[in-house]
Amino acid sequence: MVKTMPLIACHECDLLHRARPVPEESIAKCRRCGAVLYRHKRNSLDITLAMAIAGLILFIICNTHPFLALKQEGLIQETTIITGVKELYNQGMHALALLVLITSVVAPLIHLAGMVYVLLPLKLNRMPWKMPATFRFLQTIQQWTLMEVFMLGILVSMVKLSKTATVVPGIALYCFLVLIFVMAGTTASLDPRIIWEKLGHTHE
Amino acid sequence: MNNLSLTAAKAALMNCPRCDLLSKYKHSQPIKHAVCPRCGAAVHLRKPNSINRTWALIIAAAIFYIPANIFPITFVTSLGKVQSDTIISGVIYFINTGMWPIALVIFTASIVVPLLKLLVLSFLLVSIQRKSSWRPGDRTHLFRITEAVGRWSMVDIYALTIVVALLKLGFFATVEAGPAAVYFAAVVVITMLAAKVFDPRLTWDAMESENE
Ligand SMILES: [Zn+2]
Ligand SMILES: [Zn+2]
Repeated sequence: MVKTMPLIACHECDLLHRARPVPEESIAKCRRCGAVLYRHKRNSLDITLAMAIAGLILFIICNTHPFLALKQEGLIQETTIITGVKELYNQGMHALALLVLITSVVAPLIHLAGMVYVLLPLKLNRMPWKMPATFRFLQTIQQWTLMEVFMLGILVSMVKLSKTATVVPGIALYCFLVLIFVMAGTTASLDPRIIWEKLGHTHE
Repeated sequence: MNNLSLTAAKAALMNCPRCDLLSKYKHSQPIKHAVCPRCGAAVHLRKPNSINRTWALIIAAAIFYIPANIFPITFVTSLGKVQSDTIISGVIYFINTGMWPIALVIFTASIVVPLLKLLVLSFLLVSIQRKSSWRPGDRTHLFRITEAVGRWSMVDIYALTIVVALLKLGFFATVEAGPAAVYFAAVVVITMLAAKVFDPRLTWDAMESENE
């Protein structure tokens, strides 16, 4: 008996495709609208787990050290992400402070920690508690992780301030730069189908 | 049959937005409670009430776009004088002081991108409502770009957060966030939500009905 290949529908135009296996490191695209249907990634789980753990360590360093300092006539003012959030809050910009806190601290932290929570047990062939709901939540929260935009924000603020005072980059800035690539790698290296297929169900 | 030219909806299958599992659409079942059997996400043939929801968010964002551009985004206090800046006056300031790259980044991220996003989404909605069959592939691609680019509009909010944290009492100037910052952040978040509730599959549904 020939095993039928599972059907997959394009998220952007709804066209049905047979999910044929694709060669390693390549992408299956929708033949009508060109959307990415799925990609095949080698050692997806291992690489992503390693990246998420590295990301968590970098994240802690980033948030406990200042990423920028301003010097003028003997005065030094340092900043971490949290001090910026606090200052906005003190100025009465509560909603804005919350938005910055969520998109640059809370969402990335939950995303990295959640990845480790889901992937580590799977690696040991165990099913993490509440896995489907957790992984769905991680997919949502990942969309609100704007760290790479924050990085550009840092560069913009550095240039803005450079004319009026001496801007000194801190350790956290370099850490931040690496973290962005690690976080991008965490998403790019994971084939979510591997996770979902662990749950067993397949179509028909 | 390798060359399927059937949509999931035509085959009465609902595509799970999260795990790609196709599940049977049953008419008897209240649509609101359909849940993916594998991952538990809510599943629909099409995103519910997509056109109306997207319009509502576009209109809300367009309304907030006005105060975001009229009100000051920063108050700079220096030597007892308070200077307020709007998004545009900030851009002009950077042009005048020769900081072209910054002017360009802020102008693109804060003014052009949100406006283009609203125009593109409106255009996509109108073309769907008129059952247009004009270049559906390009329209889908346009949506893809719009969705990906929106987040970068937050750049000035982050730059502001950092400047506010660094320029505090004791320095040559102190900086405070103005009301426009809140309106502007609302525009960015609302347009991001608008892209989420928009269903690009509707673009192709018009083509389907025409082929019949
Ligand atoms: Zn497609
Ligand atoms: Zn699902």
